[in-house]
Amino acid sequence: LRIMAGKVKWVTDIEKSVLINNFEKRGWIQVAENEDWNFYWMSVQTIRNVFSVETGYRLSDDQIVNHFPNHYELTRKDLMVKNIKRYRKELEKEGSPLAEKDENGKYIYLDFVPVTFMLPADYNLFVEEFRKNPSSTWIMKPCGKAQGKGIFLINKLSQIKKWSRDSKTSSFVSQSSKEAYVISLYINNPLLIGGKKFDLRLYVLVSTYRPLRCYMYKLGFCRFCTVKYTPSTSELDNMFVHLTNVAIQKHGDDYNHIHGGKWTVSNLRLYLESTRGKEVTNKLFDEIHWIIVQSLKAVAPVMNNDKHCFECYGYDIIIDDKLKPWLIEVNASPSLTSSTANDRILKYNLINDTLNIAVPNGEIPDCKWNKSPPKEVLGNYEVLYDEEMAQSDGTDRDLRGRPGQSAGAKGSRARDSGKPVLTTWK
Amino acid sequence: AFQRPVNEQKELLNKWNEMGTDEPDLSLFRPVYAPKDFLEVLMNLRNPNYENGEQPSFKNHLGLIQVPLKVKDIPELKEDFSELGLNIGQLGIDDSAQVPPEFFENEHVHVGQKVLAEQDSAAAQQYVRQGCPTALRADLWALILNISNQPEDILYYEQLKSNVIQHDLLVDSLIYKDVKLTASNDDYYFVFEDYLYQVLLCFSRDTSVLEHFTYSSATPPKSYIRGKLGMEEYAVFYPPNGVIPFHGFSMYVAPLCFLYHEPSKLYQIFREMYVRFFFRLHSISSHPSGIVSLCLLFETLLQTHLPQLFYHLREIGAQPLRISFKWMVRAFSGYLATDQLLLLWDRILGYNSLEILAVLAAAVFAFRAVNLMEVTSLAAAEAVLADLSTLKVMPLLQIFLFATVT
Repeated sequence: LRIMAGKVKWVTDIEKSVLINNFEKRGWIQVAENEDWNFYWMSVQTIRNVFSVETGYRLSDDQIVNHFPNHYELTRKDLMVKNIKRYRKELEKEGSPLAEKDENGKYIYLDFVPVTFMLPADYNLFVEEFRKNPSSTWIMKPCGKAQGKGIFLINKLSQIKKWSRDSKTSSFVSQSSKEAYVISLYINNPLLIGGKKFDLRLYVLVSTYRPLRCYMYKLGFCRFCTVKYTPSTSELDNMFVHLTNVAIQKHGDDYNHIHGGKWTVSNLRLYLESTRGKEVTNKLFDEIHWIIVQSLKAVAPVMNNDKHCFECYGYDIIIDDKLKPWLIEVNASPSLTSSTANDRILKYNLINDTLNIAVPNGEIPDCKWNKSPPKEVLGNYEVLYDEEMAQSDGTDRDLRGRPGQSAGAKGSRARDSGKPVLTTWK
Repeated sequence: AFQRPVNEQKELLNKWNEMGTDEPDLSLFRPVYAPKDFLEVLMNLRNPNYENGEQPSFKNHLGLIQVPLKVKDIPELKEDFSELGLNIGQLGIDDSAQVPPEFFENEHVHVGQKVLAEQDSAAAQQYVRQGCPTALRADLWALILNISNQPEDILYYEQLKSNVIQHDLLVDSLIYKDVKLTASNDDYYFVFEDYLYQVLLCFSRDTSVLEHFTYSSATPPKSYIRGKLGMEEYAVFYPPNGVIPFHGFSMYVAPLCFLYHEPSKLYQIFREMYVRFFFRLHSISSHPSGIVSLCLLFETLLQTHLPQLFYHLREIGAQPLRISFKWMVRAFSGYLATDQLLLLWDRILGYNSLEILAVLAAAVFAFRAVNLMEVTSLAAAEAVLADLSTLKVMPLLQIFLFATVT
């Protein structure tokens, strides 16, 4: 009788202590990729290989991986926008009230992504839009890169002449995806706190897309720029003013290694409630949850809902000075590097709670399970949206009459009745 | 004090909102004093007039403070802080996720809104004893402190600001240093670094603060025009507001940044909080809310109600006051999570007294008593009490005052 039998065998190609410590504390056994494994925490490069047509990997029932095969439908900047646009058009076609527009033709409920174009493909469309508002600032982002690499701001067409040329060349010039950019209207009126710009990093776990079941990690954080914000055109090149990525800010003169420029979401909530009031704060957080769920619904139809998969996304959200949240991007492989001591604890707990949900009881998985963990194992996660429950919930509203209640500080109230908080939107 | 050259004035005006990034060379500056230096002074206070023959109980006082001021005991504190009783609703306890809002919270918010609508300062002070709803706190505190941010107040602040631009003071460097050492490194308050400079630089030039010396037993330091030392006609108060900042001073302002984002209002709230409460925490007096009384209250509570713990800590060279002193001097700012700190300061305003700081300090020791009984050194005791950021202050206070067998 082998003592090792029954222990989860794990592999990873990401050498991070927050991961490895979590595997080891469960008594799981490390194996190599070519051996029999149950759990593989892979980088996005590896997931491409696992599910590629050439290698023809067949996962067995007791194997789980941490990415969906075509996660890039959500996590590539251009595909995310494409899917959301498609989703909106579909809702409009079927006459759904969610697709309602205001008198200016803007979606009332689904306008949460800044106006975006693909370059060079949509160059002419972009120019048309640019000319409507020639004093606007736009942000150029390479589709396939992360950590703020290759991003720059423009406010003149001449600054992107290269993409104009590329769009006019004949179609058989291959446009490698490495050259593809998205250009989005820059949010030049971000909400400032202490005079500084910040964005929100929120973690969202998806265990299945159809039916959609997703969880929001309660301990998200704000990432502050070290330099005071100014929309002044003379500072458009100063990435320390505009880009909140820690990978960028940590090279600034004023970067502090104790707090790392990070604030908890609960601090943000306390500040906003104290200075702006409870209703607008609740509304803001409700909207944030809403846009996350809508983005997942947008890609759900095209996602390969492989039962061996789960995924923990890093959502980046910016709040403008009218307290409107904007979805900037979704990361398939949110950084597991820790910039401060608190950060390390947070990420360790994040992985811990994620594993508790994805690999029930820490035992050898069976991917045919119903993916419905009991609420005791959620840890710092709370149910963001559960499509199955929402559908069976139609007539039975037992949320103590709290419309618009956010899943923030009081989220556990609705959890007691076992139903997700946000089905009230329906 | 130097008058700044014109180009320097212009530069400072441009950078007014981001002084955090403008770092002067502070390597030669050290804070004037830190709380532990102040504690040494307090420990050595004696009253030469005092005849303690009639109070044998004080001879048994084994704490660091050896001045026999009158402090309250738990029965008296229970009376004074009756609104914190077990059968009375509190924010910080009865608004937690497990409690339905209909039980207390909704009604409490409703009453708070009425108090604000009627602009009743006395009612507000009574009301906040049960805690302020976060959305109403800024307005309630302003009502209690009588801050209305009229045009003349804004003008006064702007005037102070222009004083800062025009003249450089040596004490400015102390302020920069303090902010950089404390708030800039704080997880909660680093965001507001620039606001702290804006408030404190103006504060040091605000001569209206001198008025509080009429009821403080401290005296503002004086400076003499060069060459005229000792000649009163040539004396000025230095700094102009008479207050020399010590290490951690900026932490009095930092929590207020969560409530007020308009600089002149933030300034006035802080100034009022200082001249009503905070000055007592770093000056020597016999006032019941003065730091000496708070220290004695803390030690007496501990020695009376947790004698075993007190004796144990004393035996191992860890006099409890050595650990709790810094908490009280800073009114717990920088030690508690901000939402908890604000609930605590609600009660300071509500009861118009700082005694709650001593009670909380004792309650913290009571809460961690089991671990503290096992330590064998001052360093180990400090470690047990190093992290207060997870504490919930209202349950601690309530249990200590109302649910502990005395």
